[in-house]
Amino acid sequence: MGPGAWTFLSSGQGTVRSVAAEQAKVEPMQQFTIEPLFGSAGWELAGYNIAFTNSALWMALATLALGVFVAGGMKGQLVPGRWQVAVEGFTGFIDNLLEANVGKAGRKYVPYIFSLFMFILFANILGLMPLGVVGVHPFTFTSHFTVTGVLAIMSFSIVLIVGFLRHGLHFFSLFVPHGTPWPMIPIIAPIELISFLVRPFSLGLRLFVAMMAGHVLLEVLSSFVISGINAGPGYGVFIAIPSLVLMVGICALEILVAGIQAYVFALLTSLYINDAENLH
Amino acid sequence: MPQIEQLAETYSSQIFWLLIFFGLVFFVIGRGMVPKVMNTVALRDTQIAGDLAAAQAARDQANEQEEAWRIRENENRARAQGIVAQAKAVSATDHEARLAQAQTGVDARLAEAETRIAASRSEALAEVEAVAVDAAQDIVRRIANADVTTDSAQAAVKKALSHV
Repeated sequence: MGPGAWTFLSSGQGTVRSVAAEQAKVEPMQQFTIEPLFGSAGWELAGYNIAFTNSALWMALATLALGVFVAGGMKGQLVPGRWQVAVEGFTGFIDNLLEANVGKAGRKYVPYIFSLFMFILFANILGLMPLGVVGVHPFTFTSHFTVTGVLAIMSFSIVLIVGFLRHGLHFFSLFVPHGTPWPMIPIIAPIELISFLVRPFSLGLRLFVAMMAGHVLLEVLSSFVISGINAGPGYGVFIAIPSLVLMVGICALEILVAGIQAYVFALLTSLYINDAENLH
Repeated sequence: MPQIEQLAETYSSQIFWLLIFFGLVFFVIGRGMVPKVMNTVALRDTQIAGDLAAAQAARDQANEQEEAWRIRENENRARAQGIVAQAKAVSATDHEARLAQAQTGVDARLAEAETRIAASRSEALAEVEAVAVDAAQDIVRRIANADVTTDSAQAAVKKALSHV
């Protein structure tokens, strides 16, 4: 793992996008490539590469934006301003979510679920920002399963730790739903176990797939627009314009998906935590 | 698909920076700022609940006072009506008494006047009698040239007067 590992990248990002319009060639997967920034490709920690990549940069930006957003709502006024209402709306939303799904014991998970939800939400939305028009290409790090996988594993670990700490070995009764006739237990329990073990994968993959699919779709449609314009006026009218209109619509849909996927991640995590707290 | 193609060379940096930044988000924002925001909300909720309770208490108290005032007012009105009725009764009896008193005074004066009239009438009658006796004696003397005693003249006058 060294600077050589990045060779195929240096010929990619940066040149392809700027040349793409002229060559009428758009590579839909190009947007997901990771490249080290500021000459950090060789950074290592205990033998592992920790290059500060564009992905890390957008994590930093999401963190910063979230920090600014929440800090703006900390005035603590009795009669809140708009910003404070927005921030309190989000904390209240997460609080209600946990109250509804976990109950009173859910209160202590508000910091974690709030961080998870807002971090994913800001990442998704920042990745959709139309900053390409000013030459900055947003990177949606939630479209990488290395990232969503880590988030999912964190949530799953919390479920396991809380479950075994609170209930000990009794936690395994989670795999035997209430009222299961005892002859069915040998069949039901493995099914429940498998569905339980699949959770971190489904949790991480859902977000990754949703974000990647949306961005690929937008990229494909944009390639239709460019190809249509380059192919001549007739193609421009009948292919480029409808594609552009569709793109605008899909952009709106993607903003919705950005929110929904963040919500789903937080909701499922809170449901899994409920299992750990209350055992069905 | 860069997610898979670059997996070997990028997974460590992805995980590292994610843990760094998500850790920042969790510890600084999630555990540092969010509890303060929620504290503000909780504080506001308790204050609003307290204010509402105080307003409700004040309203209850106002209702209570109004009720008490109403009762007192009703009592006062009843008492005032009692006083008016009593005053009316008193003045009526007073009036009656004075009327009766005045009536007795009038009656007394009437009776006195009547006795006085009767007295002066009898006095006048006695005078008339005396004059008539004199006149009768005088008339008898002149016409019959005879002297009549006063007693007989008097008796004759009395006899004649009783026929009047």
